[in-house]
Amino acid sequence: MKSPVTETEELELHLLLEAIHRKYQYDFRDYSPASLKRRLAQALHHFDCESFSQLQHHVLHRPDAISALLPFLTVQVSEMFRDPTYFKSLREQVIPHLKTYPSLKVWVAGCSAGEELYSLAILFREEGLESRTIFYATDINTDALKKAQDGIYPLDRISLFTENYQKAGGKASLSDYYTTGYGRAMFDKTLRERTVFSDHSLVSDAVFAEMQLVSCRNVLIYFKRDLQDRAIGLFKDSLVRKGFLGIGSKESLRFSAHAASFEEFDREQRIYQKLSLL
Amino acid sequence: MNTRQLPPSRAVVIGASLGAIDALTVILSALPPGYTLPILVVVHISPDKKSMITELFQSRCALPVKEAEDKEPVAGGTIYFAPPDYHLLVEPDFQLSLSSDEPVLYSRPAIDVLFESAADAWGDSLTGIILTGASRDGADGLKAVCSAGGTALVQLPETAEGETMPRAALEACPSATALTLEEIADALCYLEKLK
Repeated sequence: MKSPVTETEELELHLLLEAIHRKYQYDFRDYSPASLKRRLAQALHHFDCESFSQLQHHVLHRPDAISALLPFLTVQVSEMFRDPTYFKSLREQVIPHLKTYPSLKVWVAGCSAGEELYSLAILFREEGLESRTIFYATDINTDALKKAQDGIYPLDRISLFTENYQKAGGKASLSDYYTTGYGRAMFDKTLRERTVFSDHSLVSDAVFAEMQLVSCRNVLIYFKRDLQDRAIGLFKDSLVRKGFLGIGSKESLRFSAHAASFEEFDREQRIYQKLSLL
Repeated sequence: MNTRQLPPSRAVVIGASLGAIDALTVILSALPPGYTLPILVVVHISPDKKSMITELFQSRCALPVKEAEDKEPVAGGTIYFAPPDYHLLVEPDFQLSLSSDEPVLYSRPAIDVLFESAADAWGDSLTGIILTGASRDGADGLKAVCSAGGTALVQLPETAEGETMPRAALEACPSATALTLEEIADALCYLEKLK
């Protein structure tokens, strides 16, 4: 049996998410509650609140609090070329297909601070596809989008990024793409010249362009199944026939209502291809 | 300690680090075919390696062993391992979730994350077990299990390859029972009969 404390916390959490949605239109009601609760427990500490109810009061009465709360609600931990084998498979298996298109659109959904976007931009540059590609980098968190637009990362993360880049089959040296100063690495701004940064919600917004590739990694795991299905439906409707969808290494379309619309292109790397007859 | 005095449980969570493989082998290989409780395990493993841990334990256990998948409903009589580089959590509706949230005490997966979410989901029907290890991950998690009214077991520190983790757990959760690995295995078999 659940403890009475847990039951009360669940109720408070539910009310907090409802309040955030009603007042600020950010909808976290269909996020997986277990990790959300953990992140909000950290927010309690940050805002010096004793309960989710107190946090709700704070967020409702202090309009500036919501932007400070968003980083706790959305996950912003990523790395460049995370799971190098995924990017290696894109380079070796997917890019040859993409080269057959005269122009390309790529959607990085839930781009957070931009690590995945810059990884793809570097990959596309090295494969000679950059000039015919438009990237769409979207997130609900405008502060994260701004970080993505800046492309500046702490220097202590660069050794991991570099190691990943090499394992992913990088053709140059990662240091060719950034300059350093003040303990930070600033990525070459020409890498984002062909990127449209935009506020977009997988919960409530619609399809906005026709894509050849959608990359959305470690975002779906934060959603309940129905919301996962909504997001996958958006990806399906965005993709051209034979377009590609890449998701996180522990995510799967297996349980999705849209599973029949895709075939496994690289099963191990979780890269799917939309079927041609839909 | 008489393990025959333990209250009934509906699920078991186990956390282990340094020396985990040997300790878990004693416990998990003792569970008989047809055992009905779900067992969820976090072992601190390197994030960049393809883990062979499920294959290893499948060869040593009578029960089905698998890597936990996101949004998979928890099934009884199955041993789930957290995948490398992801936290494993239990949702209030007893589905499993994975997360890429930041490491806790340098670990992802972290024992605290599994235990705290499982304590929320199962409350007083959960048994939490902390085994050998060199970190203090799991101490807060076991405390959450106790606070929710669950049963807390800890490997007797003197018998553990890494004493830090069981000691930290006993300190955080003084009502926990310290047992040898054989006694823990015995307790798990007994818990199931209570169900």
